[in-house]
Amino acid sequence: MTLQPSLKTAYIFPYLLSSVKKHETICVVLVKHIFFSIKCLKIHINYKFNLLSCISGVDFVHSSYRFAVVYDLISLPYNQRIRVKTFLKDSQILNSITPIFINSNWWEREIWDFFGIFFNKNLDLRRILTDYGFEGYPMRKDFPLSGYFELNYNSNKKRVVSELIELSQEHRFFNLESRI
Amino acid sequence: MKLKKKELIKTLKNFTINFGPQHPAAHGVLRLILELSGEIVEKADPHIGLLHRGTEKLIENKNFLQALPYFDRLDYVSMMAQEHTYSLAVEMLSDLKVPYRAQVIRVLFLELTRLLNHLLAIGCHAMDVGAMTPFLWAFDEREKLMEFYERVSGARMHAAYIRPGGLYSDLPIGFLDDLYLFIFQFNTRIDEIEEMLTSNRIWKERLVDIGVVSAKQAIEWGFSGVMLRGSGIPWDLRKSQPYECYSSVDFKIPVGNSGDCYDRYVIRIEEMRQSLNIIQQLLFQIKEGPVKSNSNKYVAPSRFEIKNSMESVIHHFKYFSEGYSIPEGETYTATEAPKGEFGVYLLSNGTEKPFRCKIKAPGFGHLQALGIMSVGHMVADVVTIIGTQDIVFGEIDR
Repeated sequence: MTLQPSLKTAYIFPYLLSSVKKHETICVVLVKHIFFSIKCLKIHINYKFNLLSCISGVDFVHSSYRFAVVYDLISLPYNQRIRVKTFLKDSQILNSITPIFINSNWWEREIWDFFGIFFNKNLDLRRILTDYGFEGYPMRKDFPLSGYFELNYNSNKKRVVSELIELSQEHRFFNLESRI
Repeated sequence: MKLKKKELIKTLKNFTINFGPQHPAAHGVLRLILELSGEIVEKADPHIGLLHRGTEKLIENKNFLQALPYFDRLDYVSMMAQEHTYSLAVEMLSDLKVPYRAQVIRVLFLELTRLLNHLLAIGCHAMDVGAMTPFLWAFDEREKLMEFYERVSGARMHAAYIRPGGLYSDLPIGFLDDLYLFIFQFNTRIDEIEEMLTSNRIWKERLVDIGVVSAKQAIEWGFSGVMLRGSGIPWDLRKSQPYECYSSVDFKIPVGNSGDCYDRYVIRIEEMRQSLNIIQQLLFQIKEGPVKSNSNKYVAPSRFEIKNSMESVIHHFKYFSEGYSIPEGETYTATEAPKGEFGVYLLSNGTEKPFRCKIKAPGFGHLQALGIMSVGHMVADVVTIIGTQDIVFGEIDR
């Protein structure tokens, strides 16, 4: 997976950083340029990144730019991969790329569901993987692993009820410094 | 009494039915909201997440080695393909080199996994469509394949055999002989399944021209694996971006031309034959040698070392309790899993736990195209399309 000569020429979209590490091309783009950049990567004759592989979200809790949204694209004609990253502040909105890649819809729904990043102009931004009526954004780093609610069957009420979670033992993290 | 004209016009609404989540043909827990006009599907809206177990969140709270077994449990019919992708991602970040014998054994098992997956895909697909027999035959063969899993790892399904830096252990004595015997009898098993299905009139009536995806659509919807090849695009990561020792074996990529369910079925059959071909070539290529990387930091000490040095005992304890840290970095590693491109986006911040581990499941991408694939077909064809997409909910819901 070495870089095509055509890719080495300067990118024609506005990017902040670009790097090639271990044959992986990464470029960082401002939030407002993400739509244009991805469109450019898709249709420009030198890139032709015509297949969207996946979109992932990352939560860096304590940094000023809290979230990162990462687009992985494949160029079938040139057999290349590229990763476009963008960093967002808390409650910042991102433009949806559904007009460019139809299949980005579910990935954006997943990020909305897990991180609460809102995608502007996505017409079908429902939650996707969590339960109906779920509250909160579970993949955020400040969301506890155990969650807040547990479901169990209540034989008196003859239905499944949702209750605040009760752990008999606090969840513990073991790391290099922890003493048991 | 005078009726207003507005009241006289009756509005017609399409019939909406709920398909699943408990339906034998839904391959697990798929809930589909189907909008029907008569028996023709107008719109299909898949609701997923009923098997969501929070794998990605759990992985963030485990160390790099403890995260590995979660990958077996994603797509529970192609276990090793996924732990292999994760191992590759960890190796990528920590610059680990895997010895040749380990690579060959990995590829042997990846191809066995492909057989395991395609047998289930074809078997279940046939059963959904109405043919019971191939399913039973396929499961008989799957049993043998899972015995191979059991012999190397002790577990029939969730093997955790491919580890970062190599393998859990070397092959047991006599394993390769039995594998050789297996692949020879397996060819006739494929023939039997083919005799039952390939030119079967009912099978063809149910599959030909159902769920047609053009090459353009397949790319637009981000398909991978058999779904992409079925539409005539010769894209296989084993060939285009080779990993392990795939570049040293000779195999062909079957490609469909009409992009319907029947093409994808034929491709799966042919891929099984190519897998046998790969296994056969590797059986002649395999050499004696180590199966683990020699980097002591990332690889557990052997039993012999543990019994002969105190340091190894300490290392063994620290290795399995605390884990090892991996240099800072990020990678998106993708491999050709039986269902398509399985990718792991791994982000390490230099600690012993993954900071973020995003799993790109091929089925997730395929299932969202179910809507366009099933529009204009009968309700019964939706089942065929679910079957041809080879949906397994473990990986889609994660």
